[in-house]
Amino acid sequence: MDATTLPARLAETREDFLALGVKDRLQLLLEFSNELPELPERYRDHPDLLERVVECQSPVYIFVEVDDAGLVHMHATAPAEAPTTRGFASILAQGLDGLTPDEVLAVPADYPQSLGLGEAVSPLRVRGMSGMLARAKRQLAERLAG
Amino acid sequence: MSVEFDPAAKLAEYAHPERLVTTEWLAERLGQPGLVVVESDEDVLLYETGHIPGAVKVDWHTELNDPVVRDYLTGEQFAALLGSKGIARDTTVVVYGDKNNWWAAYALWVFTLFGHEDVRLLDGGRDLWIAEGRPLTTDPTEVTPVEYPVVEREDSAIRAFKEDVLEHLGKPLIDVRSPEEYSGERTTMPAYPEEGALRGGHIPTAASVPWARAAAADGTFKTRAELDAIYRDEAGLADGDEVIAYCRIGERSSHTWFVLTHLLGFDHVRNYDGSWTEWGNAVRVPIVTGVERGEVPGR
Repeated sequence: MDATTLPARLAETREDFLALGVKDRLQLLLEFSNELPELPERYRDHPDLLERVVECQSPVYIFVEVDDAGLVHMHATAPAEAPTTRGFASILAQGLDGLTPDEVLAVPADYPQSLGLGEAVSPLRVRGMSGMLARAKRQLAERLAG
Repeated sequence: MSVEFDPAAKLAEYAHPERLVTTEWLAERLGQPGLVVVESDEDVLLYETGHIPGAVKVDWHTELNDPVVRDYLTGEQFAALLGSKGIARDTTVVVYGDKNNWWAAYALWVFTLFGHEDVRLLDGGRDLWIAEGRPLTTDPTEVTPVEYPVVEREDSAIRAFKEDVLEHLGKPLIDVRSPEEYSGERTTMPAYPEEGALRGGHIPTAASVPWARAAAADGTFKTRAELDAIYRDEAGLADGDEVIAYCRIGERSSHTWFVLTHLLGFDHVRNYDGSWTEWGNAVRVPIVTGVERGEVPGR
């Protein structure tokens, strides 16, 4: 999938990262990390709905929902002591928000590897974001089937 | 030019008290010439969210490893790294980090491979510093690069390779992973990503002493007496023993290496950094599954 078919927000995020040097990519990831919204009130008391992303070293949980208009929203929570993981979650939460299910399912599995973060945070850590994306897509597929 | 040692009574009980400093000692000496504070965390961005004023960051993933060979930096790469952090050969380095100084101990061990003489850990690490309400800042640290000499790594004293471990079988081994990894139920820590080992279990005869048992609730190291009870009485180590510690990729075991070497005074401790990701995948090396240590296989 090239930039013409990647959802606009994800494509923009990728361009933003790739336009920066390695050190500044870390700063941008930190900005994403700080922007990760709190869980919506209705999920805060329902830890059972949230799925742990075991590919990440830090405890991060995600939940994907499809709203009444048929659009996708991903919610995530991760501790402040895990800013890298929060950054990954924030990139995906922002990038997938408001897409149609088909658009989300079509996001390439290697999108996380295309952001130029391997050098900045190491390929092993980037795998955490791949796990998060894969789980989000699987959850979505389950919701659609259910 | 070495900064004076921390005379705290708790530290004096350890074999090498000069390898640790207390938060109080460090707070009084921030900015002192000849001292560089290094933060080394599991999370590569944690430093950016707030660090001890004047501290520089060293990331274990992106800065201490060779990008191609599964190995540490070369002498030239290490010299460039330390020089860029404002660390000279005679600088006193104090390392601290998250998670009971897990990654801080790893950085210290790598510094030791290059013979950097005066490198110490902050007892209690990042968490204790924060818990005590001491200052953090997000201000970038202004570093004046210095010259660090090219010193080739000297692995043999404190680093073991797979062949060394095979030779060593019959002498004490400490497996510092979780009980589930030791028995072979899992190949990674509970709740950590799978890093690819074909088989689960442990090296024959290894004693299981999970690394974090050396840490007290506040993140500081347990007292000398408590550590002696764990490693001597329970695991059976005795003076003069040659010991090899291992985990999954050699980071948790560098923490145990620090405890055995600097706190308990064992002079012949090596860290097997190939650890389970190598041993659990290697052809024709013996393993043991279950909770028993197992026997040295016949050769």
